[in-house]
Amino acid sequence: MSLNTLWFLLIGVLFIGYFLLEGFDYGVGILLPFIGKNDQERRAVIQTIGPVWDANEVWLLTAGGAIFAAFPQWYATMFSGFYLALFLMLVALIARGVAFEFRSKDKRPGWRNLFDWLIFFGSAVPALLWGVAIANLMEGVPIDAHMNYVGGFFNLLNPYALLGGLVTLLVFTLHGAVYLTLKTEGELNERSRAASYKVGWIATGVAILFVAYSILRTDMFSSPHVGVLPGIVAVLAGLSLIATRLLLDRRKEGWSFVSTSLAIVLVVASVFLTLFPNVMVSSLNPNWNLTVYNAASNTYSLHVMTIVAFSALPIVLAYLIWTYWVFRKRVSVDQVMHY
Amino acid sequence: MDALSLARTQFAVTTIFHFLFVPLTIGLALVVAIMETVYVRTKNPQYKKMVQYWGRLFLINFAVGVVTGIIQEFQFGMNWSNYSRFVGDVFGAPLAVEALLAFFLESTFIGIWIFGWDRLRPSVHALAMWLVAIGTSISAFWILTANSFMQEPTGYSIVHGRAEMTNFFALLGNPQVWVEFPHAIYASFTTAAFFVAGISAYFLLRKKHIEIFRSSLKIAVVLGAVASILLAVNGDAQAKHLVVAQPMKMAAAEAVWHTTTGPAAWNIIAGIDQSGGRNTFAIQIPRVLSLLDGTNHFTGIDELQAQEVQKYGPGNYIPPVATTFWSFRVMVLTGGILILLALYGVYLLARRHAFEGRTRYLKLLPWAMALPYIANTSGWIMTEIGRQPWVVYGLQSTAQGVSNTVPAGDVATTLIGFTLIFVIIAAAEVYLMVKYAKAGPDAEPTPEMPLKTLAAV
Ligand code: HDD
Ligand code: HEM
Ligand code: HEM
Repeated sequence: MSLNTLWFLLIGVLFIGYFLLEGFDYGVGILLPFIGKNDQERRAVIQTIGPVWDANEVWLLTAGGAIFAAFPQWYATMFSGFYLALFLMLVALIARGVAFEFRSKDKRPGWRNLFDWLIFFGSAVPALLWGVAIANLMEGVPIDAHMNYVGGFFNLLNPYALLGGLVTLLVFTLHGAVYLTLKTEGELNERSRAASYKVGWIATGVAILFVAYSILRTDMFSSPHVGVLPGIVAVLAGLSLIATRLLLDRRKEGWSFVSTSLAIVLVVASVFLTLFPNVMVSSLNPNWNLTVYNAASNTYSLHVMTIVAFSALPIVLAYLIWTYWVFRKRVSVDQVMHY
Repeated sequence: MDALSLARTQFAVTTIFHFLFVPLTIGLALVVAIMETVYVRTKNPQYKKMVQYWGRLFLINFAVGVVTGIIQEFQFGMNWSNYSRFVGDVFGAPLAVEALLAFFLESTFIGIWIFGWDRLRPSVHALAMWLVAIGTSISAFWILTANSFMQEPTGYSIVHGRAEMTNFFALLGNPQVWVEFPHAIYASFTTAAFFVAGISAYFLLRKKHIEIFRSSLKIAVVLGAVASILLAVNGDAQAKHLVVAQPMKMAAAEAVWHTTTGPAAWNIIAGIDQSGGRNTFAIQIPRVLSLLDGTNHFTGIDELQAQEVQKYGPGNYIPPVATTFWSFRVMVLTGGILILLALYGVYLLARRHAFEGRTRYLKLLPWAMALPYIANTSGWIMTEIGRQPWVVYGLQSTAQGVSNTVPAGDVATTLIGFTLIFVIIAAAEVYLMVKYAKAGPDAEPTPEMPLKTLAAV
């Protein structure tokens, strides 16, 4: 495997980490105003992701850094091209980040309410925008001969992309709801379970619709990439969502979380498979695609980065796993609240 | 304004805002880690209170540092795409390494620290804060490695019009990093020391929580004295390095228009006429410039301009001289005041005088909290403005680096948006900081907790 392919894979892994982990804490943020009926309950809901949300967000920062280092042209084209969309996402992430820390630092109900809704929007907006971005990337966007995106903002908001946005929004919400059933007790637990059921159906339905729509808009089902039809992987993701429901019925909460996780992993895999060997597809002229070769850093740079990544990642993973172990207990409404 | 000026303004606004929070995070993490270590060693409950009090203020600050950092990470691609295309091979690597080695460490262990009080052994809990502190410094190192490449490119070669990395160790061994990194770290320690000193003085004046704030002030003056002196010594080395590495920046910082031969005089203050290429007036001390910058031949702006024209072709290579000159002076003056204040505190300690009696000194300290912020900001302004018109010194001009496909209207929108958000966040931040600082060590960590749980915190 060439270093270019390896880095494409690694970036895929970083996005898997990001969507898998930050995915549930976006979901928890979206459900916060609905599942927590009073202040103490809301604090308990936030508490379930309190120790980990910040580290979860670092998967995104690392993915961004890795794209910059390994594929500077991709980084430059995508981030300058999706300028206003990215601005919206940054605003959401800023609001959300300060809200966790500031929310419970003042007694006034108005203050707390305000930050609860900032957490809601701060989680829902990125959850939605990622689907929009992914759909656009799979379908291709107007990129000219100089690797510049020339489409503007509203071009990104076509029906296919918006449906994609709905999928990530709903799937993350489901993922968060299942996470909450794992991490809470009593009434909160009941409500989270009910939410998993409700959201589960809609998420599965919309996801299937999106996969069907993809037949028309992408080559997921028509041309194999590296010997695999990306569409098949997407269908497996849909099946995994259906399994979530069946597992919930049998009160296998841990396994249903595994199956939403698997769905997310498969979705990211199918997206990266659809793209490969491109990183951005030009809808104007296939010769203007950005690929893992023409968008990449030089071999020396990739080499250095490979050594660093493979030495550091195991250590990072080890302490991340340890963190989840330390905070494995369920959160109850009457325990000490730090946020 | 055109897209370029808007992008520059946006970069300046977002980075300055980010760097208002960064130094306190770096410095206070160390202070809290030290206090917690003392607590673990001595089991003195007073130190636990100190850890929790300063830790609370630390977290309020940290949150804003984190969210403003996220913008930084993406705006190179958003606003400076041509720059990113040009230097991505070299500049992207330290950024990615920073995320992998530092951000994961900080953000994981801060979560463990906040939520781990009742889950971990005290020594492991203290270790978590040490790892946060180390993480912030590692983060500073890598981002300053990236920044140093812009000041003094090393370890690259130009291939097909792009900078490609050829030697990672040359990037890390860049002499600029090894003056810039310590300077930023000492500046951060200084910032935290004066933050702690100012608040401690406030309480000592009001004779509240004397024990806690006397101990805090002791730590603060010692740290402040050591850090601010190292800062000045390091700053001097930095200036001497700049004379060689970026002579134009230093010539502008000293407002020297014409090359001097023999011992040169130092401009304390000067009236600067950029378009006329001269100083309208200057108050000088003879010979001192040569001492400060370690050379008897100080090349002036005029001659440097001529040299650069010869090297890079026609153009204006002179940075905004007045901005560079004055920001340098503000920083150095501030540094001097801080050293005096810290040394006086150490003197009191050494003579075993009680701080409480020195009301005039204690009244000064809360005001001095502002000084490191002023110096940090002017330091960056000098560093970045003094490098203009280059974004990567000698390789790419700022005008070439901008994203040419992002319309001015979009940049204006985001500039206004970010600025508004910063104003709101700053207001909330100041409100909470003041509230929790004034509430003192006995405040509830988070208001309105059920009573039975409070006892457990
Ligand atoms: C000298 C130090 C320094 C400098 C010059 C900068 N930063 Fe910073 N940054 C830090 C030192 C730091 C820190 C101390 O590590 C922070 C502050 C608060 C925090 O949580 O970490 C941080 C946070 C922070 C974060 C959030 C990390 C997280 O989620 O934990 C990002 C993405 C960046 N920074 C990126 C940047 C970029 C791209 C910069 C260049 C323009 C930059 N920073 C300048
Ligand atoms: C006391 C004498 C001081 C001297 C001689 C000095 C010198 C310098 C010089 C020459 C630079 C420019 C570096 C470059 O362009 O590469 C610089 C930058 C800077 N200074 Fe200072 N400085 C002093 C005090 C301070 C103080 C008190 C602070 C803050 C508390 C501070 C914070 C900074 C920062 C944040 C930068 C930009 C980043 C960096 O280069 O590290 N300095 N300083
Ligand atoms: C470690 C990373 C960096 C830090 C800490 C930093 C810091 C700063 C600061 C504090 C300013 C404010 C100066 C002012 O008052 O205008 C500034 C200005 C600026 N910086 Fe940097 N910078 C960094 C990297 C970059 C990069 C990567 C770019 C561009 C690609 C850049 C381009 C600029 C520009 C264009 C300005 C505005 C200059 C002007 O208005 O004339 N900087 N930077």
